[in-house]
Amino acid sequence: MSQTITQKILAKHAGLKKVGPGQLISCKVDLVLGNDITSPPAIKQFAKIGVRKVFDKNKIYLVPDHFTPAKDIKSAQQVKMMREFAKKYGIVNFFEIGCMGIEHALLPEMGAIKAGDLVIGADSHTCTYGALGAFSTGVGSTDMAAAMATGEVWIKVPEQLKFVFKGNLAKWVEAKDLILYTIGQIGVDGARYMSMEFTGPVIRKLSVEGRLTIANMAIEAGGKNGIFEADEKTQAYLKKTKAGQGIVYKSDPGANYKMVYDWDVSKIEPQVAFPHLPSNTNPVSKCKNIKINQSVIGSCTNGRIEDMRVAAKILKNKKIHRDLRCIILPGTQEISMQMIREGITETLIKAGCVVSTPTCGPCLGGHMGILAEGERSIATTNRNFVGRMGHPKSEVYLSNVAVAAASAIAGHIVSPEAL
Amino acid sequence: MQGKVWKFGDNIDTDLIIPARYLNTSDPSELAEHCMEDADPNWVSKKEKGDFIVAGENFGCGSSREHAPIALKAAGVSAIIAKSFARIFYRNAINIGLPIMESEEAANEIKEGDKIEVDLAKGEIKNVSSKMIYYAQPFPPFMQKLIKAGGLINYIKKSKRR
Repeated sequence: MSQTITQKILAKHAGLKKVGPGQLISCKVDLVLGNDITSPPAIKQFAKIGVRKVFDKNKIYLVPDHFTPAKDIKSAQQVKMMREFAKKYGIVNFFEIGCMGIEHALLPEMGAIKAGDLVIGADSHTCTYGALGAFSTGVGSTDMAAAMATGEVWIKVPEQLKFVFKGNLAKWVEAKDLILYTIGQIGVDGARYMSMEFTGPVIRKLSVEGRLTIANMAIEAGGKNGIFEADEKTQAYLKKTKAGQGIVYKSDPGANYKMVYDWDVSKIEPQVAFPHLPSNTNPVSKCKNIKINQSVIGSCTNGRIEDMRVAAKILKNKKIHRDLRCIILPGTQEISMQMIREGITETLIKAGCVVSTPTCGPCLGGHMGILAEGERSIATTNRNFVGRMGHPKSEVYLSNVAVAAASAIAGHIVSPEAL
Repeated sequence: MQGKVWKFGDNIDTDLIIPARYLNTSDPSELAEHCMEDADPNWVSKKEKGDFIVAGENFGCGSSREHAPIALKAAGVSAIIAKSFARIFYRNAINIGLPIMESEEAANEIKEGDKIEVDLAKGEIKNVSSKMIYYAQPFPPFMQKLIKAGGLINYIKKSKRR
């Protein structure tokens, strides 16, 4: 039977020759991830299981990134709980501030994930690593606890969707626009329970960083995972990060897809998702006089060095609008350093931006840039739900980096073309 | 189980169920105080222990925070009936033992304030107010085992003993 990349990885980790949609299987995991919000409940659940050690102290990654550097006493307690758990069980990969990063920016960069791996993480954006040809999906804290104890997770084999992108991307159109466009087309539950495979000439030309942005938002369409074939670009990336090559799987020509979306994306503009769903997308040219109070550039979606370069290119020798704040959230310490080396940090600070330490911060309404009642932000983050960045009566518009940077200069939502 | 129904629409996301500003704790009773706050700020003071939530498509979409089903369970919600559930919420609810049921018909026809009676083992939803009976989508056998054990942790403990 012809199989897809996702099915092949799942079958391999379940010790089966093949798997089919709907099948419930138990899989061995290569990596288990948790953050400072999801790990504390997982640690409590882990204690209830009553095992004396974790399944593998090298394969558990604990990354306090959401409310760190600790924003208040309760958040500090949560990180303390993680730190003590890591120490008690000898968990090697605990990342304190100073060597941390936003989890989904950090793990690929440090070579923690290779092609063909099966990764679960107690964070919905764990689907990011599909960009490297791994099966990777978000779970809750109890699943994380169970996997820390047993090294296994139960999985329902998803049905498959395929997205083929053709054509040439217009100026200022980024990977972010491809995923926003996709979610706009299929809706926030268009891929519910399903696997999203991204392919086509446009994808092959895209950098691995861009693919990470796309896979990151598979969950915003309800997807179980996003997946890309690990091509020569992926392999070069994995070599650079010293992850090891892993196993490269390809979907068989006759593999069965529930639906194949075949799009020529030459004509799409940068996309803007209006409140309060990521599927509420419009081309940027439809944004007329949408005044903003804040622009947030960064996050696990768009906080990689490529993104910072785009921001710097637009903001160089410019000033942000005086009625607005622009917050830059680099994904990792390494990205922060690279920004300094390339002069990006200076460019952005001169333009009037604040450059933060890596943190999820305002993306989920945690800290470092919360919106007041009635305020509006453009953001390169991944969700624009009610109250996502602060007050329940504030608004978030999602976009790519170029639009968020250009809008910071204009004071309202615009394409860089309009500056 | 018998209780009153609170109705919510499609795509009730986990930020509506429990906003991230309260996620600096995982204490169930603290989370319960803010449950559904951004969907209906007064819901916590209106609801009674044992009430039901009936919602549309994709309930629990968004983040993986298990705090969402934990908050609902601690708020005293008996069960959630929806047209469909988002994937991670579905897992989390089963893993922690918060009853969930999928029924498009029930979600369409049951009204806010209706009294309903639910038999989880049979998957039966009886609308005491309208006298209608609905049947939820049955769970696959493996999930029935998880539910019967009271969640994933108990299930693992049991299978370890064997």
